Amino acid sequence: MSAPASSAEIASPPRATPLRRFLRAFASSHLAMAGLVAFAAIVLAALLAPWISPQNPYDLMQLDILDGRLPPGAVSGTGMTFWLGSDDQGRDMLSAILYGLRISLFVGIASALLAAAVGTTLGLFAAYAGGRIETALMRLVDLQLSFPTILIALMILAFLGKGIANVVLALVIVEWATYARTARASALIESRKEYIEAARAMGARPMRILWRHLLPNCLPPLMVIATVQIARAIALEATLSFLGLGVPVTEPSLGMLIANGYQYMLSGKFWISFYPGLALLATVVAINLIGDHLRDVLNPRRQVD
Amino acid sequence: MMAGWFLQRLLQAGFVMLAMTVIVFIGISVIGDPVAVLISPDADQAERLRAIAAFGLDRPLWAQYLSFLNGALHGDLGRSFVYNEPALKIILQRMPATLELAVCAMLLATFIGIPLGLYAGLKPNAPLARVLMTGSILGFSLPGFWVGLLLIMVFAVQLGWLPSGGRGETRVFLGIGWSFLTLDGLQHLVLPALNLALFKISLVMRLVRAETREVVPQDFIRTARAKGLPEGKVIFRHLLKNIMIPVVTIIGLEFGSVIAFSVVTETIFAWPGMGKLIIDSIHVLDRPMIVAYLMIIVLMFVIINLLVDCLYTALDPRVRIGR
Repeated sequence: MSAPASSAEIASPPRATPLRRFLRAFASSHLAMAGLVAFAAIVLAALLAPWISPQNPYDLMQLDILDGRLPPGAVSGTGMTFWLGSDDQGRDMLSAILYGLRISLFVGIASALLAAAVGTTLGLFAAYAGGRIETALMRLVDLQLSFPTILIALMILAFLGKGIANVVLALVIVEWATYARTARASALIESRKEYIEAARAMGARPMRILWRHLLPNCLPPLMVIATVQIARAIALEATLSFLGLGVPVTEPSLGMLIANGYQYMLSGKFWISFYPGLALLATVVAINLIGDHLRDVLNPRRQVD
Repeated sequence: MMAGWFLQRLLQAGFVMLAMTVIVFIGISVIGDPVAVLISPDADQAERLRAIAAFGLDRPLWAQYLSFLNGALHGDLGRSFVYNEPALKIILQRMPATLELAVCAMLLATFIGIPLGLYAGLKPNAPLARVLMTGSILGFSLPGFWVGLLLIMVFAVQLGWLPSGGRGETRVFLGIGWSFLTLDGLQHLVLPALNLALFKISLVMRLVRAETREVVPQDFIRTARAKGLPEGKVIFRHLLKNIMIPVVTIIGLEFGSVIAFSVVTETIFAWPGMGKLIIDSIHVLDRPMIVAYLMIIVLMFVIINLLVDCLYTALDPRVRIGR
């Protein structure tokens, strides 16, 4: 546990900053650390896709239809190896997956962060405003959470049509309610504590109390939700794209790749659907492992021991 | 007081339905152009206008809404552009297939999830219990539609044990064809039902495990054991009875979400239910069909939520005091 620190610091461990304490607690779980490493690797692979993938899967000049539906490990006419096989247009599946990851991760992270911003703002606002506004907002939250997410997303995309922006919008509309409920609940708990009273007594304006004092202290539960919601958003986007309601054909996410391989599954050409699904699973599991442990670490009741 | 509460809940449900008609109608009317889909691009102007008038698309939005609402109250949700038949009729024809699939999935989730959850709760440190708990995390993380594809790949393509899609042979009962009454139909039912149930099995299992671990250390269980009651009786008479309220509530609430998720399963397994119907309808912009489906499913949800609320209040007297 001894970081390169002075002997004085080692002698007085209580002086560890909250951040360092948090990091140490998080690192205590090997499973969560494995999830973090895996997720970092996946994000890195997605970011570097144009440089590390064997081909640009959407440059039609690089594709040869004669290489179509080759099994994993086959060698193309130009001498390139399809480590994970190729799809019906002779596209290298490994490259397609790396590029697909970019879209899946972007949609998942963007929607989770946007939903967090919208939901937290509305939740804090409800807690601050109280009265009728609070009741109305929370009723809306209750109502929305009583419907399954896929149904709401389906409805919105039926109205808006396909497109990355539309999918992100649909996911934000689906997810904001969870953040709003949590933000309001923790704001109500926090606002009864002494430090808020102290800030109020010192004459801080309500907006300042809301943003500078309440919000930072409501963050831990919101962070847990945001982590889990990224995984859920990625999975939901994949499902919607699989159904043909998500991303357009020109920007295929992992879900779209799986959908493309679906028809070839019945003739035993499993790899077109199988490997994108594996990438999807690895991403979702990695995020869930992080989220699961974050929940334990950030739970104030657990911090006692 | 009970009647007043029920009336209030009923009013609320009615209000939700009304709000949903507005949202669905505006959403579907503002966006998407059915004319472009329905009328061939080389039709002349007069032909276009005639078609637009025939579908009532030339009237102002509020007039279209009022006639839609009026129709909806009389059980008329419009005529499908594609099938040229009442949308409601087509959905009701497809509904039994979806309900059959959803009920089978819920039964699987209940009868697999509860025993596994009980085991994991009673013997939390057994190796098998740990495997089950880890497996349930996987059950939550696995994308349902991909699992469906894997099931087809393994059991239909590689092993050839089960059919990959369709409803199989049906037998008529109460005027409706059902798959579960024939052997061929049952074989067709196994994979989609299992696919739909997988997530719910994990959910029920985790819930039962958590409830079991909460109830087991309590005094009445210790007393029952102390007075020499056989373990089976302790579990069935005392433990199960006490954990059933939350379990029944969750199973009831999840029934709605199973119907919603059947959209995915039906698409994978070519199961001719209303879920596959809505996806097909969205692709061809069959607006009356989309509207009718959404209205029906919202109505189902409102009813399910109302029922679960009532059941919960009836089962647990403590809830009533809180209101």
